[in-house]
Amino acid sequence: MKVLDIRKNGLRSIGRQLGEETTLTGCLGERYIGCALQEGILHVEGTPGNALASYLDGGTVLVDGNAQDAAADTMNAGLLAIKGSAGDALAYGMRGGRVYVLGDAGYRAGVHMKAYEDRKSILVIGGKAGSFLGEYLAGGIIIVLGLGHEGERITGYFCGNGMYAGTIYLRTDQTPLNLSDKLLKRDVDTREKESVLRPIITDFASAFSIPAEKCLEGSFIAIEADGSKSYSQLYAAV
Amino acid sequence: MRRYRIRKDESCISCMRCARECSFGAITEGEGRTLVFHHGKCTDCQRCVSFCPTGAIYVTEDGNHFRSNSVFMEDDIREIMLQAETGGVLLSSMGAERGNVPIYFDRMLLNASQVTNPSIDPLREPMETAVFLGRRPEGIERDSDGRIADNLPPHLELSTPIMFSAMSYGAISLNVHRALAEAAAQLGTYWNTGEGGLHESLYPFKANTIVQVASGRFGVHGTYLNAASAIEIKIGQGAKPGIGGHLTGKKIIGDVSRTRMVPEGMDAISPAPHHDIYSIEDLAQLVMSLKEATGYMKPVIVKVAAVHNIAPIASGIARSGADIISIDGFRGGTGAAPKRLRDNVGIPIELAIAAVDQRLREERIRDRVSVIASGGIRNSADAVKAIALGADAVSIGTAALCALGCHICASCHTGRCAWGLATQDPALMERLDPEKGAARLVNLVNAWTREIKEIMGGMGINSIEALRGNRLALRGVDLNSKELEILGIRYAGE
Amino acid sequence: MKKEGEVRISSGCAISGIFCRDGRRISGEAIKRSIAVMHSRSNGLGGGFAAYGIYPQYREYPALHVFYDSETAREETERFLGRRFDIINLSKIPVRQSAKIVDAPLIWRYFILPLPHMLQDSQLDEDEYTSRAAIMINDSITGAYVISCGKDMGVFKAVGYPEDVADFYRIDEYEGYSWTAHGRYPTNTPGWWAGSHPFSLLDLTVVHNGEISSYDANRRAVEMYGYTCNLLTDTEVIAYMLDYLSRKQGLTLKECSEVLAAPFWSTIAIKDKEERRRLSYLRKMFSSFLITGPFSILVGFSGGMMALNDRLKLRSLVAAEKGSTVYFSSEEAAIRIIEESPDRVWAPRGGEAVIVTLDKEAVS
Repeated sequence: MKVLDIRKNGLRSIGRQLGEETTLTGCLGERYIGCALQEGILHVEGTPGNALASYLDGGTVLVDGNAQDAAADTMNAGLLAIKGSAGDALAYGMRGGRVYVLGDAGYRAGVHMKAYEDRKSILVIGGKAGSFLGEYLAGGIIIVLGLGHEGERITGYFCGNGMYAGTIYLRTDQTPLNLSDKLLKRDVDTREKESVLRPIITDFASAFSIPAEKCLEGSFIAIEADGSKSYSQLYAAV
Repeated sequence: MRRYRIRKDESCISCMRCARECSFGAITEGEGRTLVFHHGKCTDCQRCVSFCPTGAIYVTEDGNHFRSNSVFMEDDIREIMLQAETGGVLLSSMGAERGNVPIYFDRMLLNASQVTNPSIDPLREPMETAVFLGRRPEGIERDSDGRIADNLPPHLELSTPIMFSAMSYGAISLNVHRALAEAAAQLGTYWNTGEGGLHESLYPFKANTIVQVASGRFGVHGTYLNAASAIEIKIGQGAKPGIGGHLTGKKIIGDVSRTRMVPEGMDAISPAPHHDIYSIEDLAQLVMSLKEATGYMKPVIVKVAAVHNIAPIASGIARSGADIISIDGFRGGTGAAPKRLRDNVGIPIELAIAAVDQRLREERIRDRVSVIASGGIRNSADAVKAIALGADAVSIGTAALCALGCHICASCHTGRCAWGLATQDPALMERLDPEKGAARLVNLVNAWTREIKEIMGGMGINSIEALRGNRLALRGVDLNSKELEILGIRYAGE
Repeated sequence: MKKEGEVRISSGCAISGIFCRDGRRISGEAIKRSIAVMHSRSNGLGGGFAAYGIYPQYREYPALHVFYDSETAREETERFLGRRFDIINLSKIPVRQSAKIVDAPLIWRYFILPLPHMLQDSQLDEDEYTSRAAIMINDSITGAYVISCGKDMGVFKAVGYPEDVADFYRIDEYEGYSWTAHGRYPTNTPGWWAGSHPFSLLDLTVVHNGEISSYDANRRAVEMYGYTCNLLTDTEVIAYMLDYLSRKQGLTLKECSEVLAAPFWSTIAIKDKEERRRLSYLRKMFSSFLITGPFSILVGFSGGMMALNDRLKLRSLVAAEKGSTVYFSSEEAAIRIIEESPDRVWAPRGGEAVIVTLDKEAVS
């Protein structure tokens, strides 16, 4: 495995030097790390800057610390796994691939994530998520586990506001605060938990080498758009 | 005098519907199911056109015009002739029509966010249009534990910054009142009784009712005052500042008589001024006596017409103890007003609001009171512009009547409203189903509210109070520098 | 072309702050390193710092930092000051000339004391007396601009990248218990020294990131209470609003934050009864002071600092703690560079102020 120090190598030259598996050390606020990476594995040490793994397109980016804002922005495919927490606007407009955050996510995680044919975005947050989680969600799956926060609220205000497709799963039995009346909340039954959640959560757990069973403990609720409430009736053509 | 010409084409099936609908006697049934058109009586109210099952009938301007003259226009000549014939004061209704007085709303353009801050999708993101109207004290107070005490006087809470203007029972029918009350309740806003009292059957709408106390004091008693959430003292209205009203004895019948507490058949006169208010300190006395009579539980609104001195007048009202100032502009509507007053007295609401808001700020009392703008608000963009100029909320009268069918034929003063609105004729009144009318009003206000949210969202503003007085949201076009100065806005491109 | 103050210029930014709760005074070197990490959030058209605890030997006296365009402006200002204050000490603020910072005005510092009889005649308290004098200089003396006038504190700002501004003012040579920094990204080109941040009024300083959409509603509200917005910047109007709400209305800083970044009505509705009452009151009472649109601010004041985001948290803000030191920044990296392993790193929620003050022992 190659080891590169970002302080000695500029980000652009690093892009050319990446091998199959590379470790990037000493990160401190450098933007665009792993941007549009198509293949290979990139280990990131330190605190990478904004727009980490944006447009990620098949490669794998593993971060040992926290990420800042706009990580996995418009991501297309691949895996971003963050051992710490993520900042605001995580996985905005993500179209495919997996984003795993072991810690918390800031405001507006998973806004306008999508799914298209065989591409399905998956965002798993191990800790808590901030307000506006999954706003405008257009497809894909968001899971918030709230590990270590059992019994607490694990999302902020306006969870799923304006979402029209996809599903938000929360490992809690508490309905998020001020949930929009255009959304439906339902309890997740065992079959769905086993068939939908188990495979994803098992993969998430193995990415951080933690026991999957702990992440699956307890009940989950799901939040989806209420199909009977569309926005189209609000218009009158002149 | 003939203004319009009624025609029909070959698709007429002689069903006589138009004749039955025409309340002005312009279409009557002749012998053998034939239609007779009395063009001179037509007001172009469009009732016949709307109800013709085959689309056979249409009303056009009469093609015969006087010889054109750039000074003495056709209307001038017609009016001279009419007055020569009758010796009468010209009577008209609805709002001022003067093409040469600009509609300033149309000369202001709104802003939107691009790059430097985010716009907002109001359907999917939080967007607040709730407005609180009322007085605010100068400072906070704390109790002995240091907690902030509630020293706010009672406020009106509106879910949207749109309310319904005062229109009196007598000028309009009970069904219109009922539709307005129902709609206000469903919308979470307020309707206003006008000066003709409140029909007992509408007492249950207290939470959404504003009762008016005008110079005639019709139907004003303790129960009436307490059947509302707020009390409005009407000093004047935009269509006829400085003059009173006169509801003819013909309309004082049945429930109108009972509600106004005026004997049947007797004229109901609203004196020009309140004869207990000859000066500003007298207004304070009336404000406070109304508060005393209602236990200080209700905000008091003072409604004035936008006249030349509107800024200092508003300042005086703010200092009179009133909680809310309602300003009705030059284009405000009426059920009946002398045409010369309607078309020549007062100033446009846009300039009035801008001047009042600025004056109250210069006197450091703008936050002490709330301001309502009315008088020619035609759509949601007008409302947004009025708020950006400095109003807390707007009030709509003519637009509300349009929602109920009015086509602004400006014949309210005849009492023969074919749409069943400005009439007390039982047969005509029935033409408005209050339930359906309420539904249309609710639709209208909801649609405007949605548009207001879209406009605010575009500007990146997610709460209506951040729009109030936010004049950077406006830019002027086709305005001179004096107009820009009074409106307190910059020219487009600046 | 109209300069800032004549038109409203929007700008994006980076902010950073360090606060030592134990009153320990640290060199400006740390804050410079922190703000420098976020170089790409600025565009070289404005940078600045506010520092508290830097003038312990003069802590009793308001310290004026003043920009002059000309010697005439300086002379006129000094005459103006001389009529109202004892000038205890005056000097040029020492700078390190640099090719990166150009077009510098004359930069002077004064420690002053209101003349007792003038203060008495004015019927004002000392703070109001001093702040009015500063405002009067800014309004009426051409080419003079007071950039700070609090006690035991000062603002250092210029057109340039913040790290270059730090070198220019030699801020590594100052020691303070509280530091804020700002890197500016205005959308206009010339940049203006006085338009850089922090903006200050007495000991209150504000650095800010974002562009608020409620600007003119807020400006016109605060101008009602005797403030004049000369710069037409968000920072200026926010500083005045805070001064009005805290000093004139007597709100606590937390209450101020609940006015400026008031929760949505739907959020208030799910609070308990007393909170509902309190928050509704503040929103209704001070509705003209609600700020909409994105902002994150750091407010410095004597003995404390407040960090606040808009109610939607549209701008980033990270906080961290290590022992008795608290850090705030637009980006976590800007904290990590000066404190590699904080005890705690967190993102304050939108509208929820984080307020830190000196420990009791540190105050005495």
